Amino acid sequence: MRCDHRAQVLVAGSGGRGPALILTEPISFWGGVDPSNGNIVDVRHPQCGLSVAGRVLFLPGTIGSSSASAVLLELAHNGNAPAALVLHEPDAILLLGLIVAREMGWETPVALKLDRALFPAFADTLVKASRDGRLTW
Amino acid sequence: MSLALTAEERAIAAGSDGAAMAMRIVAESARLLGAPRLIPIASAHIDGALYHGDSGTLFAERLVELGATVAVRATLNVGALDLLGCSHVRLAEPKREMARRMMDAYRHLGCETSWTCAPYQAGHRPAQGSDVAWGESNAVVFCNSVLGARTNRYGDFLDIACAIVARAPDYGLHRAENRRATIVFDVSGLSQAFMQSETAWPVLGSLFGRSVGNGIGVIQGVKEHPGEDALKAFGAAAASSGAVGLFHIAGVTPEAANLEAALGGRSPEESIIVTPAMANDARGRLSTADRPDHIDAVAIGSPHLSLAEFAALERGIAGRHLSVPLYACTGRHVVAELDRDGRRKALESAGVVIVADTCVVVTPILSELVGGVLMTNSGKFAHYAPGNTGYDVIYGSLTDCVESAVAGRPVIADADT
Repeated sequence: MRCDHRAQVLVAGSGGRGPALILTEPISFWGGVDPSNGNIVDVRHPQCGLSVAGRVLFLPGTIGSSSASAVLLELAHNGNAPAALVLHEPDAILLLGLIVAREMGWETPVALKLDRALFPAFADTLVKASRDGRLTW
Repeated sequence: MSLALTAEERAIAAGSDGAAMAMRIVAESARLLGAPRLIPIASAHIDGALYHGDSGTLFAERLVELGATVAVRATLNVGALDLLGCSHVRLAEPKREMARRMMDAYRHLGCETSWTCAPYQAGHRPAQGSDVAWGESNAVVFCNSVLGARTNRYGDFLDIACAIVARAPDYGLHRAENRRATIVFDVSGLSQAFMQSETAWPVLGSLFGRSVGNGIGVIQGVKEHPGEDALKAFGAAAASSGAVGLFHIAGVTPEAANLEAALGGRSPEESIIVTPAMANDARGRLSTADRPDHIDAVAIGSPHLSLAEFAALERGIAGRHLSVPLYACTGRHVVAELDRDGRRKALESAGVVIVADTCVVVTPILSELVGGVLMTNSGKFAHYAPGNTGYDVIYGSLTDCVESAVAGRPVIADADT
C-alpha cells in the first residue's frame, strides 16, 4: 500500500473499489454527465468522453444547475454511479442524490471529503474507498 | 455546530408517512450543510418535476403514495413535456409515460402547474427579506438578487421536501451576514453603447459567473436599471458558468443601495476590472461553432420569454417568414396572453415554434441532426445546448437571431464592445 488517507465521511454508503478518475476542473452534473450511463458529455470539460461509472471520482468542485442531485440519483438507480465520491468540499445539491437514494432503499456509494491538493497522489491508481472513510491504493 | 431539531420536527421525522420522509431529507441536508436548525419558509419553487430518468418519477410517486402534500405555495419549474401541445416533444415511450407520470405526481402533491423557469414573471414574487426554498439556478439567483427574498440553491428533491414540511436548513443565503458581496466586478470601463446593447447582460453574466465562481459579487459602474429581462438573462448566464446564487448591482438591486451597502461596509477581497477585451472574449466563448456557413435552428427563451420579449421578437420579424425554425420557449402564463390577441397564430405562421411548459435543452424537441448548428441569444442555452442537444452553438443578439433565421445562415452585426 503506497497511499493511505483518512477522509471525513460526508454521506454514509457502501465502500467501493475502482480506477481513480480525477477531474481537473469543476463539473456540473446536469448537462455535464449523461444520467443514463455516466459519460461526461460537457464538451468544454477536460475529461469529456470519460465515464464516472464504477470509478472513484475525485471532484475539485461542482458548478451550475440545481438538478445535479437528480443525475446522481439516476446513476444510483441504474447502476452507473461512481464506486465512491471524493469531494474537495461538500456539495449538498449533488450529495442529496445519495440521501434520496438511501430513502428509496437503493444502494449508494460512500461520499468522502478530501483536500484537492491530495488528489494527484491517486492518479492512475486503483483506489479502495472504505465506508469508514479510508482511501487507499 | 450540530443540527438541533425541535421535538415536533423529531416526531415528524420518526413517522412513516410522506412528511416523515420529507423531514428526514431536509434534516440530512441540514446536517450536511452544517445548519444549526431549520427555519420556516414562505414558499417554494420546485425544479424536481423534470424527467432525468425513472428514479425521479419513483421518488415523487413514493411521496404521493405516502400521502404528502405541500404546506406552502409551490410553483413548478419546467417538465419534460409540452402539455399545451404547442410544440412536438420527441421523447419516446416508455420515457414519455414516465415523464407524464412525474408531472402528474407533482400536481398531486399540491404544486401549482406553472411549468416555468421564470415564476417571478408569472406572479410568484416573494417579499424582500422572506425565507423561501427555490430550485432551478436562474430562478434562485433572480429570487435572491432582484427580489431580495432569501433562498439557497435548492436541488431537486430538497425543494419539494422543504415545501412539504414548510421548513428549510438555516444556512447560507438565508443568513444576512452571508449575503454581503466580497468581490467587485467593475464594468465602468465598458462603453455605454455596449452596455445598452442586447447582448451586454448575458455576455457579462457568463463572464461574471466564471470570474466569481460561488462567491458573491457586486457590479459597479451600471448607470441605469437595465430592466428585469436583462437581469434575468444576466443571472441565468452567471448561474450556468459559475455556482452563482446571489449578485448585487450597485444602485440597482434591493440590497445594494450603493457599493458600500453591498459590501457591508468592508473592503472587497477582490476587484475585477472588466475590459472591453474581456467582454469580447466572453462573448466569443459562448459560441462553439467556428464560422458556420448555415444554421439549422434558432432557440430563445432561457429563461422563459416574457411578454415584452415576445413583443421584441415580433418587431424583429416584422411580417417576414423565417427559413429555419425559431423555437421560442415560454410559460403558459405568456401563452395565454399571446392566444388572447391572436399573436400566437401570427408568430407560428411566420415560422416560430412556441415551446410551452418546457424548453429545448431539457427535452428532445430540436430535429435530430449530426453536426447541427443552433443560434441563440441566451447565455444559458449557449452553455448547455452542446452537451444536451449535440448541436454546436453560435451566439448573437435577438436581432442577429431573427435575421439569421430569415436568411438561414449566420447574420451577425458588429459585436464590438
